[in-house]
Formats: sequence, C-alpha cells, structure tokens
Amino acid sequence: MSDIEKHTIAVLVDNEPGILARVVGLFSGRGYNIESLTVAEVDSKNRLSRITVVTSGTRMIVEQIKAQLSRLVPVHAVRDLTDEGPHVGRELALIKVTSVGEKRIESLRLADIFRARVIDSTIESFVFEMTGSTEKLNAFINLMEPLGLVDVSRTGVVAISRGPARF
Amino acid sequence: MATEQMVGAEMVIKALGDQGVDVIFGYPGGAVLPIYDALYKQNHLRHILVRHEQAAVHAAEGYARSTGKVGVVLVTSGPGATNAVTGLTDALMDSVPVVCLTGQVPTHLIGNDAFQEADTTGITRPCTKHNYLVKDINDLARVLHEAFYVARTGRPGPVVVDLPKDVLFASGAYRGPETIRHKSYRPQFEPDPARVSEAVGLIAAAKRPLFYGGGGIINSGDRACQLYAELVHLTGFPSTLTLMGLGALPASDRQFLGMVGMHGTYESNLAMHDCDLMIAVGSRFDDRVTGRLNAFSPNSKKIHIDIDPSSLNKNVRVDVPIVGDAAATLEAIIAGLKAKRWKPEREALALWWKEIEGWRARNCLAYAKDGKVIKPQYAIERLYQLTRGGKDVFVTTEVGQHQMWAAQFFKFEEPKHWMTSGGLGTMGYGLPAAMGVQIAHPDALVIDIAGEASILMNIQEMSTVCQYRLPVKVFIINNQYMGMVRQWQELLHGGRYSESYTASLPDFVKLADAFGAVGLRASKPDDVDRVIKEMLAVDKAVIVDMVVDQMENCFPMIPSGAAHNEMLLGPADKKASGPGPVTEEGMVLV
Repeated sequence: MSDIEKHTIAVLVDNEPGILARVVGLFSGRGYNIESLTVAEVDSKNRLSRITVVTSGTRMIVEQIKAQLSRLVPVHAVRDLTDEGPHVGRELALIKVTSVGEKRIESLRLADIFRARVIDSTIESFVFEMTGSTEKLNAFINLMEPLGLVDVSRTGVVAISRGPARF
Repeated sequence: MATEQMVGAEMVIKALGDQGVDVIFGYPGGAVLPIYDALYKQNHLRHILVRHEQAAVHAAEGYARSTGKVGVVLVTSGPGATNAVTGLTDALMDSVPVVCLTGQVPTHLIGNDAFQEADTTGITRPCTKHNYLVKDINDLARVLHEAFYVARTGRPGPVVVDLPKDVLFASGAYRGPETIRHKSYRPQFEPDPARVSEAVGLIAAAKRPLFYGGGGIINSGDRACQLYAELVHLTGFPSTLTLMGLGALPASDRQFLGMVGMHGTYESNLAMHDCDLMIAVGSRFDDRVTGRLNAFSPNSKKIHIDIDPSSLNKNVRVDVPIVGDAAATLEAIIAGLKAKRWKPEREALALWWKEIEGWRARNCLAYAKDGKVIKPQYAIERLYQLTRGGKDVFVTTEVGQHQMWAAQFFKFEEPKHWMTSGGLGTMGYGLPAAMGVQIAHPDALVIDIAGEASILMNIQEMSTVCQYRLPVKVFIINNQYMGMVRQWQELLHGGRYSESYTASLPDFVKLADAFGAVGLRASKPDDVDRVIKEMLAVDKAVIVDMVVDQMENCFPMIPSGAAHNEMLLGPADKKASGPGPVTEEGMVLV
C-alpha cells in the first residue's frame, strides 16, 4: 500500500449557512480523515471564511480531497500548504491541571519552560494557555498527565504560508 | 435592466420563463400553494402533475437527457422533498441537469418541527450538486438564476432551491438572469495546452490504442459527439462506450466495439485489457467498467479528459489527466494531430484490428434461441428491428437484466436517445423518465424497456401517462424474478433464491386497462412480432407483458472481483471453471 501522508489544507469559502456542513459532510461521506479543523471569518467585507483542515491519506486520496473540496460551489480556493512550500502552523490549547503540593509546583515549573501562561488559578488548580505546534502541545499535555491533568480544549491547527505571497 | 416589483411566487414563475423553461414536473402541497396559484394565472409554463415526487425528478431527468436542457421539478415541503431524494441522487450520479424547487415551512417556523417540515437542505446536501435555502426575498431571483447556471454548466447535476412559504408571499425586486455572475463557481472549460500536446504525443505513438467514451461526451453536447466521431475516424482507432455513453458514436460505426464493462462485449473488454493507450473521454472509470482495479488494463498509458477535476485519478491513476470540456478538448487534440500532419501507423494498427476482429468473431452476444419460450434477448432484438426506419425512437429502462439486454441489443445511432439509470441503478426510473422524454418529443416513439419488478416501483405513473395522453410504450420483460438478483444468487449464493421471486404479480394486461391504457401479452416466440406490431399501431399508452424464459442469465459477464480477461461468455463458462467463478473477495463487492 502507498504511504499515508499528513497534509494541512486551507480552504477559502463563502461564509454562508451550511458551508461547514458541506465540508464536513464531504469528509464523512467519502470516508476521509479529519485530524483537525478550524474555521472563522477572515474577510468581513467579502464575507469569506477560512477553513484549515489537517487530514491524512495516500497521495491519491489527498489529491481527491482537494479536488472534491474545489468542486463545492461556495469554495473560492483550495491550497495544500504541505505541498506548496513552507508554511507555519499553530494551535492554541487551554489545559486544566488540578493538584497540590509538589505536583502543583512541578506543573508550574514545566509551564514556564514551555512558555505556557497561567490564565486562571485557584488553590488547587491552574488553567494554562499555550500556543505552538501540535507536537509541542502534545508534549506539554503528556507531561501534565501525571501532574493532575483533568481537561484540555484545543483549537486545532491554523496555518498560513511563509513569505509575502497571498492566499 | 429595469427591476420589477413582484411577490416571491410570481418571481419563481418569471425566473423559470427567463430561463427558457416551458414545462415543469410537480406535485402540489401546502408550502407551495402560492407557486401553484401563480401557475394558475399564466399560460407559458406547462405543469405536468405526477403521482409521486420521485417520478417528478425522473421525468425531469428524461426531459433533460433527451433535450440537453435543464429539467425542472416543483414539490412541496417535508414528504414532497424527501420523496424527491432518490431522483436527485440519481441525477447527481448520472450528471443530469435538474433544478428542483421545494416548498418549505415559513422561515419563523424552521426548526420547530412544524407540520410537513424537513431539513431539506440538510437532507439533500450530499445528493445535489448544490442547494440553497432562500430566507430573504431579495436573494430569490439571484438564487434561482444561479441554480440554473450551476445545474447546467461544468459537470451538470441537480440543484435544490428550498423556498419558505413566507418568502413566496413577500414582495421584492426581480432581477433578470443577465445580471448574475457567480462569486466562486468557475468550471474550467478550456484544456491546458501543455496537457493536450502530451495527449497528442501519446496518440501519435500508439500501436494498440482504444477510445473509451462516456456520458460526458453527450452532456457536453452534439458538437462533442461529432468531434469524438471525427477523432475516432481520423485516427482509425477502435472505440468502446460506457452504458451512459451509448449513442455518442453511432452503433453501426465499424470502429465501435460495443459497450464496455461488466456486461459489455468481449471485444471491448479485451481491447481495454490489452491496449497500450486508453483515451478516456467523459467517462469515469466506474467499478462496473474497470472490474478488479489491480488487473485493470495493466499495460496501457491513459489519457483522461473530464470537466470534473475530481473524476481524474479517482479510481485509476492516469498518465495525462486533462480538465476541460469534451468538445473543447477534442477540438484541440484534432488540431494538434493535424498540425503534426500525423498519419496512423498502419501496420501496427492493422495488427491490433486483426486481434480485435478475432475477439469480435466470438460473437459474444449470441444466445441459444428457443422455439417454445421467449428469450428476453430475442424480444429486445425484435423490438429493435421492428422499430427501425419509422419514428424517432427513444428508449428508457428500469434497472436489472432487461437494462443490460437493452444496452446490448438496442443500437443507438444518435446521442440523447438512451436514458437509463447508470450510477445509482434506480429501479422505477424508466417509466417516469419515458414520460419526460415523451413530453419533450410528443411525436417520437418512446419505449420503457422494463422488468416486471422494477415497473411496479413507479407503476402509479401510468395514471400520469394516461392523463396527458402520452403514447409511452412499456415493454415488460417478465421473468417473474428480480432477474439480476436471481442471477447473482445463482452465481454467488448456490442458487438460493432468497426473496427474488416476484409472487402475486398483477395481470399487466388488466392493469393497463384499469389505467386506461392498452395491455398486450406475448407468451410464445411466435407472438413476439405480432404483439410488437400491435403495440406500435396503437396511438396511446401500451403495456406489453413479454413472458420470457425465467432462468436466462445476462452474458457476457465480468464477475465481481474479476479482471476483463476473466470474462464469462455464457453458462458453459461457469461450469468449466468448477464451483464458481467468483472469489471470496469478489463476493464482498456489489
């Protein structure tokens, strides 16, 4: 079998009701994989939203995903950031840790090393905010596991190409 | 462009008129009453009242496929819309341009589980090319025109416009179609010249080439069909066609090898397996065509021309994918070959044709004739022969064995004369589709070649046929089985005919009479010609009950999971290969 590749794809769409359902339905209906998906309006004048989807599949499947996305009527453009040269991707996570004593101090120390910010605190809990690559977030969350990790909320990846070129 | 004020329902009628629509197929209900009221007050738009909304969509498909125009459907909210879903899916799979207007509960009730409410845009999202919910009267005219544009351009398909009742009553400004430019939808029409010259290079070097044409040629238009024939003749290459492509090249053309695929001809399938260059035009490497993918045409380079980029490299990796309209691309390829002053390699091509003629000589469509029972192939063969030279003949079918026999034994010289449910395989398609064809071509001979099981799925449409005095001929190949199901049960499931026998069939002759049509029956081979002639002599709807051999199987056949060169030519083939030709892996496939 061909190798499975991971791709970050950006999709510029009309911000209209049902557009997210169209995109998500396409993935579920055709059996494609979604690792993460983010969406928000990025151009209020032209009512355009940008969807960043991280997906994986064989080369042929990834090509299909892009072709199928392009075929949706309200889709303006599809860019495979993984294929089209260097890009930066970031994810934001809110991580809740409840602990006391040594564990609590250790979680704070590690948060400092990872440059996570404390955005909420009680005597027995912290909520850390952290931005970074998916791998960095995973590493931090894994470290928090034995230190009282109770809840994680993540945005999924947003990504953009490097350099001066527009979408 | 002056804007006119009018209410939503009037705007719908006005927009349909401006889009050149002369007939719509529909069924009224509470949510669309304002449109029916507006219909009542005008004369240019004809409404055909069907008996079930699924049939409205199939009728619109028949209309669209036999004319090249957009078929239009009008149904109410809730059950009206959900009943239309099968038709919409059928139109999506077979790329048929249809605009379906559905009623919806008033905007303030949407989401309240109101009477006859359904999430129509939600339900139809995966079975339409696009759909709209119009919540503001100011969007209505634009959306309607956009719907037609999206339905007919690029790879055609069905578009749903969901119309809440309050929008139909609201007043707003009408805008004409000329003001519409879609924000994002831009089908690519012209092919990339670099790809075209790659294709020309491959064609020029081919020694064992094959054209593989599909329904996309017909969808592109008559000009694409002419150019396809021109390219086939210019090159001297053989051509096969898919089920959906029949008629794109005249069946009588010497270079035509017959249909390809599961029940295609021996010569087509072997040519596909053994060719060194495959030129796919408007076809989509469907699983009924390719057979087992890892054994599909192993030694060929492949050129694939399609207007839908997602069709390229979907099932089969091709060497030269070309996104573009069939006519525009064929024209560019012909120009490229002419510019090269290219001449086919006569010797290599002669050898290839010699091999093909050897396969052709197997006469794969031959069947054992019988003096006592009517062979289904014989009935269709006679139907074809006895309808030649008269009126323009259009054929629709239901789905199953009769459909494949019709594709094998009815010969089509022109495009847009053959309407069958290929992708979705919808039993019950043929009769309503025939209605739509007959509405579009009132003087033509329109025949639905049917099976006794399929026809019962939309038999209520005989009522529509009789109401509008449509002289549709329903030609039932009656073997009292869901024949294709029974054939698969014989080949794959040890002859255990689980639920495939159609017991308690109606008396089709009396049934025809009950609807106000004419019923005829043939039970012996000697009756066949007489009954067909009688059918043709009647100037109204006819149901013919052809009582045929119950156990006849459809051959040739590529069993599921097999390759093109593992084709079964007849019942004897099955016995020769022991317990059965189908592998465990193949059994899992449909």
